[in-house]
Amino acid sequence: MDFLVEVAAYFNDRANWRGEAGLANLIGEHLWVSAVAMAVALAVALPLGLVLGHLGRGGVVAINVSNIGRALPSFAVLVIALQVSSIGTTPALVALVALAIPPMVTNSYVGIREVDDELVESGRGMGMTGRQVFTGVELPVAIPLVMAGVRTAAVQVVGTATLAALVGYGGLGALVVLGLRTGDNVEVFAGALAVAVLALATEVVLGRVQRALTPAPLRRGQGRVEEVEAVAPRPIWAR
Amino acid sequence: MASQQPWVDWQWVVGHRPLIVELVGEHLELTVLAVAIGTAVSFPLALAARRWTRLYPPLLTAAGVVYAIPSLALFSLLLPWTGLSRTTALIGLVGYTLLILVRNIVAGLDGVPDEVREAASGLGYGNVRRLVAVELPLALPAIVAGVRIATVTTIGLVTVAALIGHGGLGQLILDGLNRDFRTPLVVGSALSVAMAATADVGLLLAQRRLSPWSGPGRP
Repeated sequence: MDFLVEVAAYFNDRANWRGEAGLANLIGEHLWVSAVAMAVALAVALPLGLVLGHLGRGGVVAINVSNIGRALPSFAVLVIALQVSSIGTTPALVALVALAIPPMVTNSYVGIREVDDELVESGRGMGMTGRQVFTGVELPVAIPLVMAGVRTAAVQVVGTATLAALVGYGGLGALVVLGLRTGDNVEVFAGALAVAVLALATEVVLGRVQRALTPAPLRRGQGRVEEVEAVAPRPIWAR
Repeated sequence: MASQQPWVDWQWVVGHRPLIVELVGEHLELTVLAVAIGTAVSFPLALAARRWTRLYPPLLTAAGVVYAIPSLALFSLLLPWTGLSRTTALIGLVGYTLLILVRNIVAGLDGVPDEVREAASGLGYGNVRRLVAVELPLALPAIVAGVRIATVTTIGLVTVAALIGHGGLGQLILDGLNRDFRTPLVVGSALSVAMAATADVGLLLAQRRLSPWSGPGRP
């Protein structure tokens, strides 16, 4: 237990919170790079997945992109991104964006495709245009799945931002990486704990957002909708 | 850092073949062990969750919490207890498989039609025999789907374990990063992706052979 006391002391020491390498600044950096990466990835992935879903095209790609994304180790993507850009923020952003796009494309595509055909037909029968069907019927019904993809991506991004310390970006991973190098287990543990709390907070907050955005009649008491992966699709290279 | 070095120095690859083979072996070993242990742990959990349905939501939440913790953080949180050992890497890797596996095993067993279950009972099958001879074979496609996702995810996560000294091909990626030398980085990444793709297709083909009735077009 002595060890945990030391960790608690680490967090209690004001000096560890201040300055450029202090906890406050590292948390800020961690959240900043995660937020920017998510913003870029959202702007790319959501329109792509939603439109493909609405048009019913490109399903093979939209579904398999997350399979491929899963096979690409984020650590490798990060270090390769470092080779084609300079040290610091750029490789971290590139890797995080690349990581965040696949689950959001797949989930928004599947979310729209899974909307009951009869609902879409009713919308058309009522004289809705394609655009109205999309915004008035498909999107609201698809929200839980779409948001589940956003949540999955965001948790992964916050988690992988830890590794960004390896390519010269700060963030909470700096504590872990530096601690591992110098053998300072207290620092490693403190950094890891802070990252874990941040990732779980992201999960919880986005879970709430998911619930809030879901139209009331679609909210079921039984909890959250998960990422689309209960049944894995055939990989693209097996077709 | 935009150095002019080539992406792959083939001479290095040829010269380091024994090392590469060894790391591929370590990578495979960690993956197989993690998924095997993960499956062994998930099965009783999934069966318990089906027997006592109230257990399922808290079980999923617990597995979800583990799943949400970043890999490097999870490995690091285990360091005070298990040190820079392979056990640390394995515990972390097994932890990540639980959510995927439990969810898919439960979904697979839930998907077995009640009529089939009743027919088996009517034929005098006991609970255990019905599970092994009827329910599991029918649930196999969903279960294998879970094993595939768990395996591909684990192969990627093993690379991160290089930071605590047990990362298989991740060791090459880390080496490439530390020395600013592209060859090991490219070799490690490419082999890791190739391993994930091979495992994914291999498991899929194995599942098709084991349950021929669920051909293409079915989950």
